[in-house]
Amino acid sequence: MNIIVCIKQVPNTTDVKIDPVTNTLIREGVESVINPFDAYAIEEAVRLKERCGGKVTVLTMGPPQAENALREALALGCDEAVLVSDRKFAGSDTWATSYTLAAAIRKIGDFDVILCGKQASDGDTAQVGPGISAHLDIPQVTYVKKIEEISGTVAKVERMTEEGYDVVETPLPCLFTVVKEINTPRLPSLKGMMRAKSAKPLKWTAEDIEADPAALGLDGSPTRVIKIFTPEQRKGGEMLKGDTADISKELVELLKDLVI
Amino acid sequence: MDYLLTEQQAMIRDLARKIADEKIKPVAAHYDETEEFAWPIMKILADSDLFGVYLPEQYGGLGGGILDMCLVTEELSRACGGIALGYAGTGLGTLPILLYGSEEQKQRFLPAIAGGKKLAAFCITEAEAGSDAGSIKTTARKEGGKYILNGTKQWITNAGEAEIYTVIASTDKSKGVRGASAFIIEKGTKGLTFGKKEKKMGIRASATREVILTDCEVPAENLISREGMGYIIAMKTFDSSRPGVAAQAVGIAQGALDHAVEYSRTRIQFGQPISSFQAIQHMLADMGTQVEAARALVYATARMVDSGARSVAKESAMAKLFASDVAMKVTTDAVQIFGGYGYMREYPVEKYMRDAKITQIYEGTSQIQRNIIAANMIKESIKK
Repeated sequence: MNIIVCIKQVPNTTDVKIDPVTNTLIREGVESVINPFDAYAIEEAVRLKERCGGKVTVLTMGPPQAENALREALALGCDEAVLVSDRKFAGSDTWATSYTLAAAIRKIGDFDVILCGKQASDGDTAQVGPGISAHLDIPQVTYVKKIEEISGTVAKVERMTEEGYDVVETPLPCLFTVVKEINTPRLPSLKGMMRAKSAKPLKWTAEDIEADPAALGLDGSPTRVIKIFTPEQRKGGEMLKGDTADISKELVELLKDLVI
Repeated sequence: MDYLLTEQQAMIRDLARKIADEKIKPVAAHYDETEEFAWPIMKILADSDLFGVYLPEQYGGLGGGILDMCLVTEELSRACGGIALGYAGTGLGTLPILLYGSEEQKQRFLPAIAGGKKLAAFCITEAEAGSDAGSIKTTARKEGGKYILNGTKQWITNAGEAEIYTVIASTDKSKGVRGASAFIIEKGTKGLTFGKKEKKMGIRASATREVILTDCEVPAENLISREGMGYIIAMKTFDSSRPGVAAQAVGIAQGALDHAVEYSRTRIQFGQPISSFQAIQHMLADMGTQVEAARALVYATARMVDSGARSVAKESAMAKLFASDVAMKVTTDAVQIFGGYGYMREYPVEKYMRDAKITQIYEGTSQIQRNIIAANMIKESIKK
């Protein structure tokens, strides 16, 4: 079974601060880590390999230092690593990012399962995973909390919903995004870390993945960010006191004043 | 302080620290209370390859030495000296095979230990042979291609949990210590049973039991080295393992110190944190200095062992003596800094004090260490 796991390097959210002037994340000097949700995807990929045999390829798009995230994934049991990195990718939104990753996956070639974390802790969009499956025209199951059964051609998974979970059967290849309930990620092994230290992740540019230049980076991104701001903190409500008849009238007047 | 560790050693230390912080700290009080053996933690240590850091690569290890083992033991002991002993006790049980085992024995036993699939235990102590290790009563009688062992070993760390036991028994009583021999006995061997689990003051997550040998048949190929080498094997094993006990002591002391420093910053008395009082500051300063001095001695000794030095008995004894005394002193002072809270089992520091005490007792009491140190000093002086 060939498994591809897509990860993102994100700032460690426990020490992220917002620039009060620009209202953007201060990324300088902040430690980068693997997106916590992707850690579950990596673990599930390695468990699938242990269960069914095969190979895990870890893929990321990002600046050159994203190689560190790939090495970490290799230390956790992934077999091969691919970094897609190019100035042309700068400014990509979820559409352009998923297009780029899909192009890289086509170049990797044969695969049965693609695993992603349910969302990234910095952007929180949860769109890239589904985007990849759309670009590749394969089925997707989001918020997977358990892979019940999996064979060469079909998988049965539990998909978390607000009320409980759905059991979904899907043909393979398929893309799954996973939630943290799916497993407890292992710690790296020393042998894995040493192997990772000397490993050489593949590095692909826009040209290598034969991507359409117009679909990349800021130009390929339909999303326009108009404004980012920290929402004003909600002030406490007002409690009306008195008997029911009085406060009902008072409430109506207040609502009238607010023109609701 | 920078101890000029290799990149690999720093990696080992960091991973052990991560496991200690993330996996052991949250469960340390539970295992102390229940006295259960922390198998889930042993599994994590195994999966992380930490059991093999000091074993040669050809047997599935990482090719490091005693210093590497000390780094792991110290970091794990910062979180729990009892759980760390499942690891360190395996090291002790493994050393006789590593130091004196035949190539065939190493190939047979070391890979499973390096991979953490099997724990080991070292069995020398008996009811009437503690510090006086030469007076063991367990016997091994050769019969054809096997030895028949009879006797009871006491207070054996990892007993019942381990799969591999290295046992010192007398093959010739008339020769005293020169009649002792070392054997490898696997769990499941007929005649090998275990006594009840001991209830202890500290290191309660560690399993301590009797190992009972009743006409236990051990194949002759499980004899380590040759007959009569048992006492030498045991003493050389201790020379290499004592830095490990010392590292456990350093870890316990550091763990207690970390708690004490943090608590002193947050505990308000007389309208200010108690860390602002010189009385507390000076205690912390002494504790920090003692721990660092102990660590420096332990690492230097471990490096000396790893360099292949001919005799390390004196230095190993010094490291264990000093570090265990530091652990007792520092953990006692940590309880003092916590005051009444420190005495309560709801707070973490009294456990460190209970755990520290054993480091002054096992693998040779502090008094025996002084005997070894002095004997070597006098011997060196005569040779001059």
